[in-house]
Amino acid sequence: MTPSCSESSAPSGATGWSEEDIVTWIVLGVMAALALFAVVLYNRLVGLRNQTLNGWRQIDVQLKRRHDLIPNLVNTVRGAMEFERDTLTQVMEARARAVSATGPADAARKEGELSQALGRLFAVAENYPTLRANDNVKMLQEELTSTENKVGFARQFYNDIATRFNTAQQTFPSNMFASMFGFTPSELFEITDAAERQVPAVDLSMRK
Amino acid sequence: MAVFVTFLLFLGYGFDRFAIGNGEFVFPVGTLAALGVGSVSALSSYYSGDRAVLFSTGALPIDRALSAGATEDEVLKIRQLQNVVEEMSIAAGLPVPKVYVIPDPDPNAFATGRDPAHASIAVTRGLLDAVTREELQGVVAHELSHVRNLDIRLMTVIAAMVGTIALLSDWTGRGLRHTSGGSSRGRSKDKDGGALIFLVLWIVAIVLAPLVGQMLAMLVSRRREYLADASGAELTRNPLALARALEKIDAAHAPTEAVKRGTAHLCIADPMGKVIGFREGFVPDLLASHPPMANRIAALRQMGFQN
Repeated sequence: MTPSCSESSAPSGATGWSEEDIVTWIVLGVMAALALFAVVLYNRLVGLRNQTLNGWRQIDVQLKRRHDLIPNLVNTVRGAMEFERDTLTQVMEARARAVSATGPADAARKEGELSQALGRLFAVAENYPTLRANDNVKMLQEELTSTENKVGFARQFYNDIATRFNTAQQTFPSNMFASMFGFTPSELFEITDAAERQVPAVDLSMRK
Repeated sequence: MAVFVTFLLFLGYGFDRFAIGNGEFVFPVGTLAALGVGSVSALSSYYSGDRAVLFSTGALPIDRALSAGATEDEVLKIRQLQNVVEEMSIAAGLPVPKVYVIPDPDPNAFATGRDPAHASIAVTRGLLDAVTREELQGVVAHELSHVRNLDIRLMTVIAAMVGTIALLSDWTGRGLRHTSGGSSRGRSKDKDGGALIFLVLWIVAIVLAPLVGQMLAMLVSRRREYLADASGAELTRNPLALARALEKIDAAHAPTEAVKRGTAHLCIADPMGKVIGFREGFVPDLLASHPPMANRIAALRQMGFQN
């Protein structure tokens, strides 16, 4: 556009630049800039959507890992915790329910119950000195703690990235393109079970 | 950073004008040459520096650390370290970096590697023994933040500029001695007040250049430490655990012998120990690669609403 501006002071005809030409070029330039802008915004939205989807899958991966670890843990502590059959059964039942959960809301609730059952198991295990000293148990406990953390951090990452995706869809100027290209806001991960909102210490004191 | 570039441009302009061009501004051969040499040396450290650093600290990859006759307790600690690194990578949305253990009793940790896909995190044995799981999360999150904020790339660029400045200063010293007769003739020919003032300023600058370059590099490094503390706290959502870890690291004031000066800016605490890094005051503020520990802990506590 700069060359056309500098030419405008020169008499038209000599260089072949009429006023109409200049206007045409300016309009074309503005349209090209707008198109480029739209492409950048669109690509950013697609990038955010894919990251959000990836974040969601990551949660699933970590939940699967937890399901695989639990039978190991229960087998390791079974011998020493013969009198706590109820607690162990509850963990296994909660796991079975969580594995067969259908849909995100159902899964969230059942995974929450599984977390509670595991919390009770660890609280009860504190009463068994032989268990606390057992290296296998310590290692399994570390693995489970880590898996719990990974589930938590995967949810945190998902919520962070989904919030950025939603914000990008709702703020100007990308909101103009978001609805045009069919982007929809992602749902954030929330605690669905009212009991999970309570302070964990309350949970432990109510154990049977 | 902008100050850095301005300083470099000022030195380079003066060099080309007085040392090469005899008072006239010519094509900036000198600056470009110095920039070239500085960049090449920094680039080579950019691509192979992580291996060199890990080798010089004697860091062991965790599978080697495990196979080297570890006790049950050590196996658990190292397994925990690997788990914590995986957790924080998930929280940061980064690929899992390689994990190393440094056989040094002083608690410290550092990250290296040119981008998130080629990153490594190394932690001393002393740190594993001193901190709890939560505190370890804070330390690892701090190191991963250096990786995520591309601090390693930034510090490479800085190193290239410090190198360039040192070269310009060095060449000027030789050049002026060598061509003292010629340059005085050139100066007497056309000398106005402005050029003279510029010449004096430039000579002062070139004498102080290596020191100023180092100070600017340390300034950038200290800012990135605060940033890494803050982004680390964002990953764990637990700034107080990192504050507690820093307190423990601060309490063990012995220098980390395994870590050399060049890696200092990537460590969680200045590996030189209490020499300058932890004292407060004007001079340490200018020369330390890390902000005073007390300020960092205070900033983290403020994030956790505990003043």
